Amino acid sequence: MSRPEDTLAADVHYDDVEARKYTTSSRIQTIQASMTRRALELLDLPSPSLILDIGCGSGLSGEILSQIPPDEGGPHAWVGMDISASMLDIALQRDVEGDLLLADIGQGVPFRAGTFDAAISISAIQWLCNAESSETSPAGRLSRFFNGLYASLKRGGRAVCQFYPKNDVQKKMITSAAVKAGFGAGLLEDDPDTKNVKVYLVLTVGGSAADGDITGVVEGMEGVDVLDARRKGKTTGKGEIKKGSKTWIIKKKEQMERKGKVVKATSKYTGRKRRIQF
Amino acid sequence: MKVLTLNFLTCAVKSCKSSSDSFPLHPKDAELAKDDVEINPQLLANVLPRLDWNALRTTSTELGFPSLPDQPPSPEDLTADEKMLQELHSLLMETQIMEGKLVCGHCGHEYAIREGIANFLLPSHLV
Repeated sequence: MSRPEDTLAADVHYDDVEARKYTTSSRIQTIQASMTRRALELLDLPSPSLILDIGCGSGLSGEILSQIPPDEGGPHAWVGMDISASMLDIALQRDVEGDLLLADIGQGVPFRAGTFDAAISISAIQWLCNAESSETSPAGRLSRFFNGLYASLKRGGRAVCQFYPKNDVQKKMITSAAVKAGFGAGLLEDDPDTKNVKVYLVLTVGGSAADGDITGVVEGMEGVDVLDARRKGKTTGKGEIKKGSKTWIIKKKEQMERKGKVVKATSKYTGRKRRIQF
Repeated sequence: MKVLTLNFLTCAVKSCKSSSDSFPLHPKDAELAKDDVEINPQLLANVLPRLDWNALRTTSTELGFPSLPDQPPSPEDLTADEKMLQELHSLLMETQIMEGKLVCGHCGHEYAIREGIANFLLPSHLV
């Protein structure tokens, strides 16, 4: 299956024709609706809230947010961000209730600290893994986005981002960028190992889930298996890392990566002494 | 764009992140419209503690609305006071800025608003 991310930038790909096709396709509408409902289930909002819709497009997911009946904690108010003017144009024609912004999420999230109760993103953040110009890098765009998102959510807030990772490298790149921004992060996969796999990145700010653990989000949900791949033991504390050692080099590389610099991948050769040459 | 959203938006330019002048953004040549939105008291009570009341007072004066009280009402007062609730609802949720500009008080960058959608795309040297 072809991936539009690989060929064009989001704002160029979703032109008037493509945006209309996307919005009128009943197949896409059903998939988007079911993913939005799943994301809302994960957000678990008890009362009407202010939600940020990242990559809102023509407002397919936002529409559902406005339609939640009062007995299920709705209706929610939402603000949508999207980079494609054509998509937003269709959202205007469809007369959605949320507020719309034309903005690039890779440039950050222009809201003041603690604005939103929650954030939702359906099929958008994989676009961040591609940088169209030489001035930006995927790592820099991801870090600006997650840092901005982290700041704009209130303490105890949650974000659920459904995305289509190209491969495990992308999945790891996105998750680690979120963790570096300070989120508690976990990946939820619906229908794993099938063609219809749906990946949800569940993010928490501060200790919202039970005792600050991300697995608390899915606690009590049916049919969810928790796979915890985290290291059991804590890493050694600060001050114990010897300058020039392998851990020290890896730490420095992570620091540089956080700044958005291009860093060579870590391998078994990292930090090894060179063989003596004659 | 709703006045509620304007109360949360800051300037997106990198050098403005550290400045207090970059919030609130000041509307310029704004054309307003009024939408009918169903009132949702719970949502207003939820959002109220997060509103920057001083910024809201500035914005409402700049848009030419009657001035707001000095202090924000507490969520309990708000749910009890039907009139206050209605007034806040019509200012925050129903008033829409359809055309105009938003100007940053620090760098002076102007964000255009067309058909109610603000353009926050920045040239790459400002990111």
